[in-house]
Amino acid sequence: MPLTPVLTTRWGAEKSWRLESYERLEGYAALRTALSMAPEELVTLVKDSGLRGRGGAGFPTGMKWSFIPQPKPGETPTGPAAMPKYLVVNADEGEPGTCKDLPLMMADPHSLIEGVIIAAFAIRSHFAVIYVRGEAVHAHRRLVAAVEEAYAAGYLGSDILGSGYDLELVVHAGAGAYICGEETALLDSLEGYRGQPRLKPPFPAVAGLYGAPTVINNVETLASVPFVVRGGADWFKEFGPEKSPGPKIYSLSGRVVRPGQYEAPMGTTMRELLEMAGGVRPGHELKFWTPGGSSTPYFTAEHLDVPLDFDSVAAAGSMLGTTALMVFDETDSIVEATLRFTEFYAHESCGKCTPCREGTYWLVQILERLVHGKGTAQDLDLLLDTCDNILGRSFCALGDGATSCIASSLKYFKDDYVALLPPEEQARLGRTLRLEPVGAAS
Amino acid sequence: MTGLDSSPVEPAPVDLPPLTEQTRLEAREIMARYPVARSALLPMLHLVQSVQGYVSPEGVTLCAEELGLTKAEVGAVATFYTMYKRRPTGRHIVSVCTNTLCSVLGGQRIMDALSSDLGVHHDETTADGSITLEHAECLAACDYAPVVTVDYEFYDQQDVESARELVAALRRGDKPEPTRGAPLTDFKGISRQLAGFSQYADSSAAAAAIDAPGALGPTLVGLRLAEERGEAAPDMPRRSASSSSGAGAAEAAGVESAKRGAPEPAGRDTGDGRTGTDTPAGAEPGTSGQGPGKA
Repeated sequence: MPLTPVLTTRWGAEKSWRLESYERLEGYAALRTALSMAPEELVTLVKDSGLRGRGGAGFPTGMKWSFIPQPKPGETPTGPAAMPKYLVVNADEGEPGTCKDLPLMMADPHSLIEGVIIAAFAIRSHFAVIYVRGEAVHAHRRLVAAVEEAYAAGYLGSDILGSGYDLELVVHAGAGAYICGEETALLDSLEGYRGQPRLKPPFPAVAGLYGAPTVINNVETLASVPFVVRGGADWFKEFGPEKSPGPKIYSLSGRVVRPGQYEAPMGTTMRELLEMAGGVRPGHELKFWTPGGSSTPYFTAEHLDVPLDFDSVAAAGSMLGTTALMVFDETDSIVEATLRFTEFYAHESCGKCTPCREGTYWLVQILERLVHGKGTAQDLDLLLDTCDNILGRSFCALGDGATSCIASSLKYFKDDYVALLPPEEQARLGRTLRLEPVGAAS
Repeated sequence: MTGLDSSPVEPAPVDLPPLTEQTRLEAREIMARYPVARSALLPMLHLVQSVQGYVSPEGVTLCAEELGLTKAEVGAVATFYTMYKRRPTGRHIVSVCTNTLCSVLGGQRIMDALSSDLGVHHDETTADGSITLEHAECLAACDYAPVVTVDYEFYDQQDVESARELVAALRRGDKPEPTRGAPLTDFKGISRQLAGFSQYADSSAAAAAIDAPGALGPTLVGLRLAEERGEAAPDMPRRSASSSSGAGAAEAAGVESAKRGAPEPAGRDTGDGRTGTDTPAGAEPGTSGQGPGKA
């Protein structure tokens, strides 16, 4: 498939982050259109476009918006329908390998802000927050400046563009905690607590920020919305497969000649993307890669032709995640890579639930002794047993994600683990090594 | 984790700048941004850190008093987040990404070299107070790996030598330009920005920070390649305000002029003939299936 810059199309413009550039490049045209529509029409338009969340889970965006309880005509609203509605932007980009939202917010913050205003209008919200990762200071700086510009130009505040619609938008900086990318942990953090996930249900659509109905969307998702409004649902569906359409920013990193951001239709393959990126560095060959960040099971050279869309990647045994394509070659040790990722999960585990808090700690211990040549014949099974006790038993997806790299590396590269065992332990290795933890197939 | 005042690692330095009435007023300004004041706690912790260089017992007390919380409640939050420092920091905080991708491309070697040069380990500060060194988790710049940040501004595509030079310059009091980001100030300054206030004395310095150019190779690589190859997204349908059907050069010209014209009039159609009123308000949210992925 060809490159199809949409979200990235303005990124090369002179001072692309400034309102003047944005307006010159048809910025805020979609907002004028949206404000002339009924909120329900916008929800339907986004539903019809097939836009699915770009933060990793791939949930249909229009459907998420439609879950917000709204007052029914002629009735006095009660319960959640009577409460204020909130829109929260998840800009807490931190999944290892993921680097698409930060460049978007640096290069084109107004596209996010325009998407926020349209989405907030669609769900009848009058208060929205962009929760930006604290370390992302340059993105934060440009967002804050862009929000100021948008207020001054009448795109935010009261009676936006004379429509009678009011919206306040706050840019809120986090303080360094990967778990706050989990949407309910983000809400707790935004309320001024430790960022720990909440039990679902109730889902944020009913009881989110301050217990009120809340939509939480990823940056790239909302930045796509103005294009859906301008181009229409049918145009959006011209990109990629019917069930997960649209342009997508693929982030290539690691052992490729030209790492960076490549925007192409959903369903583009790694083979095509590698060709665009100049291939694996000369003299080396691809060994393993992640389709969507460290929480998505590894792929190998066998998977180069898997269309990178939500459904095809899931069918091939991994997850599209954040289309963070980290590429490793034959010089990289998969066991060491897996140890690094596992150390990350152990550090970022919020401590709320035992399987994740204790399990990630023990996984690090086992992987460390394997890497240092001190593993035992039982350790490979012990790794899988530990994964069994985390996957599906953790409070949130962080624990599940921590097992992905371990289970998939053992599945595809068991010999690499075995080679690290001392010879006497290799001889004792059981003949019944299981290949993946229970329930890992999804 | 019962609050910072019960377990200080070391006594507060004697030369610690005091929190002032101004700090309190700014804290209240942050609280006013939110429908519920406690949402201000994270920015308020950035604020007290911007004055004292870390979250001191005094800073915890100020946040607790302003929000009507106990010091233990504030301490529990402050100790949860990596960016709140529990000991006085150096003038600059140098973070080296040692997560997997940066690490295989040299991040760990950079961390080891800096640790050796500076004589400090992770989360320690040089004796001269110039630098706090830390290893960081993924900084969302994998396409620029390996990365080092100073006060969270990006120094991309580093190697051992460039990182050593960077740190040596910082120790001399120089402020090398980031490869992507604003001209350096210091850790306190950036903390002030994160609290939601300008750290600059005047608007031209603020504008210079916002407009600081960067070497954007990996960010723009796909866009440039598309230009080179003549590849592009499918054209958006040209939709005129009258939404007349049909095609041809005459209409295309008409649409072009409409595009340059005034804002779209109210009541335009959505372009594909839908009325769009079938939103099931309040439809079983429990079945939304939101999550458990990272949204």
